Amino acid sequence: MGQAVQQPILRNGYRLYMLLFFVFLAAPLVAAGVFAFNDSMFPSLPWRGFTLDWFFSDVDPKIGMFHDRRLLRGLYYSFVIGSMVAALSVFVGTCNAFLFVRYDFRGKNFFYILMILPLVIPGVILGISILAMASNLANGVERSFGIELELLRPGIFLVVLGQFSFITTISSLIITARLKKFDSSMEEAAYNLGASRARVLRTVTLPFLRPAMIAAAIVAFLVSFENFNTTLFLVGSEAPLTITMYDRMVKVGSTPVLNAVSFFLMLGSALLALVSVLIQRDKSDQS
Amino acid sequence: MTSDAKKLSLLLLFIPFALWIALLIVLPHIGMFELSLKEKIAPRVYEYSLANYKNFVTEPIYWNTLLRTGGVSLLVTFLALLIGFPVAYYIAKVAGKRSKGALFLLCLIPLWVSDLIRAFGWILLLRETGVISTALQASGLIDGPIEFLYNDATVVMGLVYTVVLFMIVPLVSTLDGMDNEMIEAGYNLGGNGFTVLRRIIIPYAMPGIVAGCIVVFMLSAGSYLTPILLGGKNSSWFTEQIYDQFITRYNWESGAAFGFVLLIFTSFVVWLGLKLSGQTLSSTVAKS
Repeated sequence: MGQAVQQPILRNGYRLYMLLFFVFLAAPLVAAGVFAFNDSMFPSLPWRGFTLDWFFSDVDPKIGMFHDRRLLRGLYYSFVIGSMVAALSVFVGTCNAFLFVRYDFRGKNFFYILMILPLVIPGVILGISILAMASNLANGVERSFGIELELLRPGIFLVVLGQFSFITTISSLIITARLKKFDSSMEEAAYNLGASRARVLRTVTLPFLRPAMIAAAIVAFLVSFENFNTTLFLVGSEAPLTITMYDRMVKVGSTPVLNAVSFFLMLGSALLALVSVLIQRDKSDQS
Repeated sequence: MTSDAKKLSLLLLFIPFALWIALLIVLPHIGMFELSLKEKIAPRVYEYSLANYKNFVTEPIYWNTLLRTGGVSLLVTFLALLIGFPVAYYIAKVAGKRSKGALFLLCLIPLWVSDLIRAFGWILLLRETGVISTALQASGLIDGPIEFLYNDATVVMGLVYTVVLFMIVPLVSTLDGMDNEMIEAGYNLGGNGFTVLRRIIIPYAMPGIVAGCIVVFMLSAGSYLTPILLGGKNSSWFTEQIYDQFITRYNWESGAAFGFVLLIFTSFVVWLGLKLSGQTLSSTVAKS
């Protein structure tokens, strides 16, 4: 323990600071969650009693989130997009991890920086650059061949590509960190026992990487789920949940159903984050 | 493994990487740059020129917005460092082994909540009919409702809130690796708390500080939701201008130019930060 915080006054002051900081962190989340249970048409004080209507009611004017078609559809699209982004980015991230940990090639450092780069490009710019390229391509194909490529117009496919473009950096970094800790004598032992390369990969290396791959998938899914900036420019008629919520907040004004969605999402993210932490912890015990 | 097989597997692993970087990062940015150099002279007729950039330079509202975005983001970065450093230090060095993990987790939970929900929470707290205004009235401290939204201080606060975690995480991981004996030695050699902080802790934590500052600055300058929702329609944030050109006015050429200007501007600030602190991108951001 640092000596500067040995004196009781300083130590208690420091604790108070930490407490205030966590109150600051929690305040808006609590506000967003708590009003989901307020029996009122508006997410504000006074408190009019506890209700679950904003989740389950199917009577106008209080339509709960589980009966709100547009919100449910948004949830569904978010889920589809998040799963695709997670699968793709874990696959490419695993390839990248092997590429940068196991191989030496010319320009490796340069390519490594290229791999990190998407993380420091503002999301808005990733969105517009991919939108512009896809439209350019679609227009070109339409002019030359008369075929309309629906895939390259704003929609789920472009949203997935846009999110994938920077989430892959995150998954690559997570999986690379794990692969670096791999003790290659384990693979050598397997080779000495006569195993083939494919078999060693399947039975030794990939199981070792599994916790990191699962953690990377969870992180990718969550980042995709909550992404707004990149998605905003690439979204078509199949709007994911964040876009649906934003539209409603700006255009219609908020009712507590948005709080219900917020509460639901916070619960979901917290659970997934917990799973990812438990898996990561497991990993440090093994190695 | 034979060298041919090695080469083949290298090639196979390189393909996904190359496709990803080339098709989704490099080509779109080249395309965006090309688009930004086009000027519409008649319907469906374009000519290469610098008109979009000229437009940006001659229209004070545009570059004022950019400078404002940059300035506010620097302020946000500084405040996030100021607020986040003691928190990171507490987690890494002061807290006991048990509470350490719990505190770190507590820090991470808001990280997984969407920007939108956090901004929504702040709106519920701060608006005229919000929790804080109502509570202050009920306690008799103020007479009428107060609107805390739609001013610069709230935007700065909201941005600090959104980004401070990205400052804390790299700081905790660098400070964690620091030997407590280094700090003890500083005190034993007669340094006071401030000297130890300035001469030992901060130099050691520099990679973490730089990594945090870079990520925080980029996130702040590139953010869209927080300035709009907490600052209102007149928050004059640069990403808002880009959105306006692209979606509202459907002027993609000018929007692309603005996007490029933002990219150059933020890259320049990041480059300057790395140069001034003597760090590199892979020694900082990649580690967090």
